[in-house]
Amino acid sequence: MLKAFPMAVITAVLLMSDPVLAETEIELVKQQLDSLKRDYEQRIAAMEARLLKTEERAQQVITETRKIAAKPARTNSVAQNKFNPAISLILDGRYANVDNDPEDYELPGFALGGESGLGSKGLSLGESELVLSANIDDKFYGKATIGFHNEDGGTEVDLEEAYIQTLGLGRGLTLKAGRFFSAMGYLNEQHAHAWDFADAPLIYRGLFGDQLRDDGVQLTYVAPTDTFLQLGTELLSGSRFPAGGEQNDMGAVTVFANIGGDIGIAHSWQLGLSHWQANNIEGRTSGGHAHGGSTTAETPSFDGDSKINALDFVYKWAANGNPKNQHLKFQFEYFDRKEDGTVTMLNSGPPIETSSYDGHQKGWYTQAIYQFKPQWRAGLRYDQLDSNNKGFDGDVLGEAGLNNEGHIPKRTSAMIEWLPSEFSRVRLQYNRDESYETSDDQIMLQYTMSLGSHGAHLY
Amino acid sequence: MFYPRIKTSALLLALIVPCFAHHADAQINVFACEPEWAALSRALGADKVKVTSATTAMQDPHHIQARPSLIAKMRRADLLVCTGADLEVGWLPLLLRKSGNGSVQPGQTGHFMAADYVALLEKPAVLDRSLGDIHVAGNPHFHLDPERMLQVSVALADTLAKVDPANQSHYQNNLATFTQQWQEAIQQWQQRSQSLRGKRIVVSHNSWVYLEPWLGLIQVATLEPKPGIPASSAHLSKVLTKLKQNPADMLLYASYQNDKSARWLTQKTTIPAVALPFSPSKDETLVQWFDRLLNQLLSIQS
Repeated sequence: MLKAFPMAVITAVLLMSDPVLAETEIELVKQQLDSLKRDYEQRIAAMEARLLKTEERAQQVITETRKIAAKPARTNSVAQNKFNPAISLILDGRYANVDNDPEDYELPGFALGGESGLGSKGLSLGESELVLSANIDDKFYGKATIGFHNEDGGTEVDLEEAYIQTLGLGRGLTLKAGRFFSAMGYLNEQHAHAWDFADAPLIYRGLFGDQLRDDGVQLTYVAPTDTFLQLGTELLSGSRFPAGGEQNDMGAVTVFANIGGDIGIAHSWQLGLSHWQANNIEGRTSGGHAHGGSTTAETPSFDGDSKINALDFVYKWAANGNPKNQHLKFQFEYFDRKEDGTVTMLNSGPPIETSSYDGHQKGWYTQAIYQFKPQWRAGLRYDQLDSNNKGFDGDVLGEAGLNNEGHIPKRTSAMIEWLPSEFSRVRLQYNRDESYETSDDQIMLQYTMSLGSHGAHLY
Repeated sequence: MFYPRIKTSALLLALIVPCFAHHADAQINVFACEPEWAALSRALGADKVKVTSATTAMQDPHHIQARPSLIAKMRRADLLVCTGADLEVGWLPLLLRKSGNGSVQPGQTGHFMAADYVALLEKPAVLDRSLGDIHVAGNPHFHLDPERMLQVSVALADTLAKVDPANQSHYQNNLATFTQQWQEAIQQWQQRSQSLRGKRIVVSHNSWVYLEPWLGLIQVATLEPKPGIPASSAHLSKVLTKLKQNPADMLLYASYQNDKSARWLTQKTTIPAVALPFSPSKDETLVQWFDRLLNQLLSIQS
């Protein structure tokens, strides 16, 4: 009620005021409005003209820029292809202070094959590698790695990798064919020169002879998800350790899955599960126990089925996600192998020594690397293996190196690296090696240098 | 026996099927290697693009790890927008090969390298790694030159229109707006930065060669003895002697770079050191970022 009162008063005053005066006032307001309108119209027209001008100028600039942009040849981004294919040469050399005789090396419970072992004592040349790679065309990528290493005083040439890979298959699919490192585990796909220690983890040495590679095809699929999810399978010839001898044509198969992602900006991780299987292996030979004196060494040979399950986990940290100055890397891998078949000692007897064999070997390692300054890294690693092998004739298994002799192989390693640039590295490593009964303190000084094109490193 | 199999197949199908589905009005997924290209893509694409940047302003684009999350992002990209000129050589080729994504591979329309559309400075005459980590194609940090940024924007708008022809006019209109704003900003920056002309600067890494001629800055020393090689104490003392004879006005380094040697030199010489934002921060526009960079430069001169 009270609020309505002033309104009523104003209305009354307006009604009572002189109508003539009101009319002239309205006229005045109208005139003012008109002039305002004219003024604004002029201003708007001027602004529109200016806007048109700026737009025209912008268009002009765009056209001019187009002309300029058309000039430089489109070569800036593909500088790497000035070396077509990209070529790089890895030079590696080392000094190893090892007390035990590399000839005596064994991992009780594991039949060693491939290139596994301690490596040379004293000064030696490591693996020199020549790497050639390029996009073959818009559909394929190709890579070959030729390794040179010392073998009994001579230089042996080994075609380590030779594969092609699709680029444009799309839908997250990639097909690889040729000779390549299997996607089993985490470390396996990386070249030895990209490893954080001078030697392979014991479990890689025990199961794969340092690294699993084979001829075959690999298909991977990356899902269109926010979290990285990769599924893959490999069909392999199975002609190499640990699948078997040359006479084996049954092949080996792997399936693997990796998931990974970021946690915030500073942390990233990847978890992998993988499975390898070879059935009906025939004549897989391995080192076993050295038999001094005999001209034809007794060599253990395995026939049967073998399967490996593996789990790997990697975690990385870098402040602000910028690994250049400081970063931390933690990795863990676990492998479990089950085998079923027979073990025969070749060149034994008569009668030839043979036994049924039901093998179970497992092992893991964990390591942490910390880059505390842009050119310095330090790391720790611990390895441990275990086995439980059964057979009809324990003596034969023992001779084949499959008796664990009540020993649990383990090793503790520490290393420090100096990286003068992205292309060079000098590493000092210490191992407390308890692979077998005679434990050993090992010191290794290693250089690894890369000449040529700039490579990219796997996660 | 059958049930588990059916279950796994169903699970596999559930994983695979969504990637075959395609939405007609879907946004274009842009994978930008650096924040500046993310900002430019956002300016030109607006609501028609979904942009992710592989790096932040606090990360050194030379040294990025090919993380799983980046492979996952590359997998879904329709357009890749990167600097090129070998800046990303340590990680981008790996992401591309691992992604299984055909539309962003080299040679495809969805593979956009900004360096293809500008002329680069410091093209080395001799390719010898003893000279440090040199880039064969030239210095790749050209995003700090507003004129070159304009050249890239025109090319990127054209590429966006090729990748997404249905929205061609949208991209061209945005380009016109961006060009207009950018040109006005350039005029402003030139007026505001008059006082910087002729200033003598020390830099950490050779990151500023495109900014220097534009602002009229004179580079008198570099803390890195060679590109990519961290400063040694011997080299730093050489720089110090040089600066004592011939002082500089300021010391510049990128915000992601290690500031240890910069701080050391500041203590010894009282030359003010400034960490400049080398790239826009998250969701910052290019104009805002360059404004901030210039403000920081202007604020340190006494």
